[in-house]
Amino acid sequence: MSDDLRSYLGEQADRLFADHCTRELREAAEAGEFPTALWDVLEQAGFAAVLVPEDEGGSGAGWPEAEVLLRAAGRHAAPVPLAETLLAGWLLGRNRIAVPPGPITIAPTRPGAGLSLVDGRLSGTAERVPWGRAAGNVLVAVGNQVALLETTQAEVEPDTNMAGEPRDTLRFADAAPLAVATDDALTTTSLWQLGALIRAGQIAGALQASLAMAVQYANDRVQFGRPIGKFQAVQQSLAELAGEVAAASAAVGAACERAALPDAGFEIAVAKQRASEAAGIACRTAHQTHGAIGFTHEYALHPLTRRLWSWRAEFGNDAHWAAELGRFACGRGADALWPFLTDRTA
Amino acid sequence: MNAFDFESVTLPASAEALRGEVREFLGRELGNYPPRKRAESWTGFDGAFSKKLGDAGWIGLTWPKQYGGHERSYLERYVVIEEMLAAGAPVAAHWIADRQSGPTLLRFGTEEQRQRVLPKIAAGDCFFCIGMSEPDSGSDLASIRSRATRTDNGWLLSGTKVWTSNAHNCHYMIGLFRSDPKAERKHDGISQFLVPLDTPGIQISPIPDLIGQHHFNQVVFDDVELPDTALIGEAGEGWRQVMAELAFERAGPERYLSTYQLLVEMIAEATQDPGERHAVAIGRTVAHLATLRRMSLSIAGQLQAGEDPALAGSIVKDLGNSFEQAMTGTAYDQFDVEPSFGSDGDLSQVLAFLTQVAPSFSLRGGTREILRGIIARGLGLR
Repeated sequence: MSDDLRSYLGEQADRLFADHCTRELREAAEAGEFPTALWDVLEQAGFAAVLVPEDEGGSGAGWPEAEVLLRAAGRHAAPVPLAETLLAGWLLGRNRIAVPPGPITIAPTRPGAGLSLVDGRLSGTAERVPWGRAAGNVLVAVGNQVALLETTQAEVEPDTNMAGEPRDTLRFADAAPLAVATDDALTTTSLWQLGALIRAGQIAGALQASLAMAVQYANDRVQFGRPIGKFQAVQQSLAELAGEVAAASAAVGAACERAALPDAGFEIAVAKQRASEAAGIACRTAHQTHGAIGFTHEYALHPLTRRLWSWRAEFGNDAHWAAELGRFACGRGADALWPFLTDRTA
Repeated sequence: MNAFDFESVTLPASAEALRGEVREFLGRELGNYPPRKRAESWTGFDGAFSKKLGDAGWIGLTWPKQYGGHERSYLERYVVIEEMLAAGAPVAAHWIADRQSGPTLLRFGTEEQRQRVLPKIAAGDCFFCIGMSEPDSGSDLASIRSRATRTDNGWLLSGTKVWTSNAHNCHYMIGLFRSDPKAERKHDGISQFLVPLDTPGIQISPIPDLIGQHHFNQVVFDDVELPDTALIGEAGEGWRQVMAELAFERAGPERYLSTYQLLVEMIAEATQDPGERHAVAIGRTVAHLATLRRMSLSIAGQLQAGEDPALAGSIVKDLGNSFEQAMTGTAYDQFDVEPSFGSDGDLSQVLAFLTQVAPSFSLRGGTREILRGIIARGLGLR
């Protein structure tokens, strides 16, 4: 991994999002208008294809670089399926399936959902597919099979998450994929787990931004003759939040470093659990610090907090991943836990 | 906000080789050591055990060889201490000397002090306690009133130190005294001293903790005469020196592993086929533990890179102490067990001990409130 490349990507992404991901754009997106202009800029910058191999037209970077973009997208509450497209590009690339331009989504978003791939034809229903209506293509995983389809093959029923991001139902009936491949690596790290990874990455970014906003506000807002950030009660809760943000961030970093290895399930489960738990604390603390102004539609805290409340519940909430980890730890037995943990950093 | 980023560290093969040696040693030495004793973690005092560690070459690991050290990396040291903590080894006797007193002497001490004391520490023969808090000075450490008065050939110490863990079993204290009562700022005019605890005029008496255990002490200095050679570093520089010492005190894995034995007992109690609520409770604990370990290891990496881990250490200590305390709550909530020292059950015994000592976790080495104040300043507040 190159730290230089990561910081370059981060700065470039921050600049690009700051320029294009405006309040008006977010509001239009929430009203149902896909921000094509923003997407085009992201695609032109090569961000959508950082995980696609170079000989397939991408930049052939790894998950630590993708993490930088996931976080930036989260920080700016960007209403585009960059995370899903990154993930789809990675899976298509490793299966040598040509990556189509434009946003690509992923399905299903719950394990054991009702999709079947029989004789190369896809049938069934996938619920809460991110940006299903806006993505031109969808990457579908069924068992160890991956398939790429045009979303025009599906009947789309729109819905949204709490932040107004599309979470649509896609119904397929004997649909013909553009390509199908066998991907045995999905049996060790599933699409569901990888979905949890990208959401955890976005959460880490949104956490960072909500902390930064709360700190800024605490330094600016004057009550009782001084900035509220001078009050110990406010300092203590923001310090607690900073710890949560740092922990979520560390967990996500560990998961992204491991993501390309055959068995990344443990670190991903830890990351989604830890980030989702921090999300609840961040929303509570950021809103409490901001007082009534943070509760208005006009003020730009809610694009972060409504996403955090949504994202923490997507691809498994903290209790879901905690239960997975608990069953794993208990199944191996008490004495095996410590050696397992230390082996992961050896 | 660099201190809020915890870069991943992958341990080198040399550290992992050392881990194997330490595990083998601990397996041999602690075979039947009971869970209730393991739960004492780094507060379990056993001078003979420390001596064995000294013989094995695992104390003063990072120190120069000329002072009895072993010139190994901070990452290797990290591995040794995390293995001790995970196993619940009784490391208290040498812990303070290895963690902070030795490093303080290496950094600020005189050549004579280093040569006199460090080889004995590294051999597992010399134990230290911390002389910071006083009856009226806890979190407000700079308000200390114990005095060091210059004499013709040294210093005269008077005053009272409290909460001095294991003073009754230690050879030396590094004590913080006010050496210049006329200094304008309370942070100035403070100095650190290397105090042999057998010096006449020192009276050590127990302050039993809430369970009735004796580890705390009150240490009274009644005109204790010390030579010039007792001064550590420069007179009046004690505050800066003690802040550096506290960074060592706050940065290690003992700040999140104090209740590891309780997790072990919870997993055992939940069986290999746990119910949903046990799985959720244990899994959440495992997720926090794995994350804290990554963060803590990152601090060892910072130390190795010569960086100052003071702020990062405060973040991990605050998170870690909250995690340790929450774990006793988790065990209580999720397992219908009455905590009791007389129980046949290990979970019950371990929970009885840790429930009662848990309040100290967010007090010792800097309270939660002090740490969060440091973190808030790091965020740019106040």
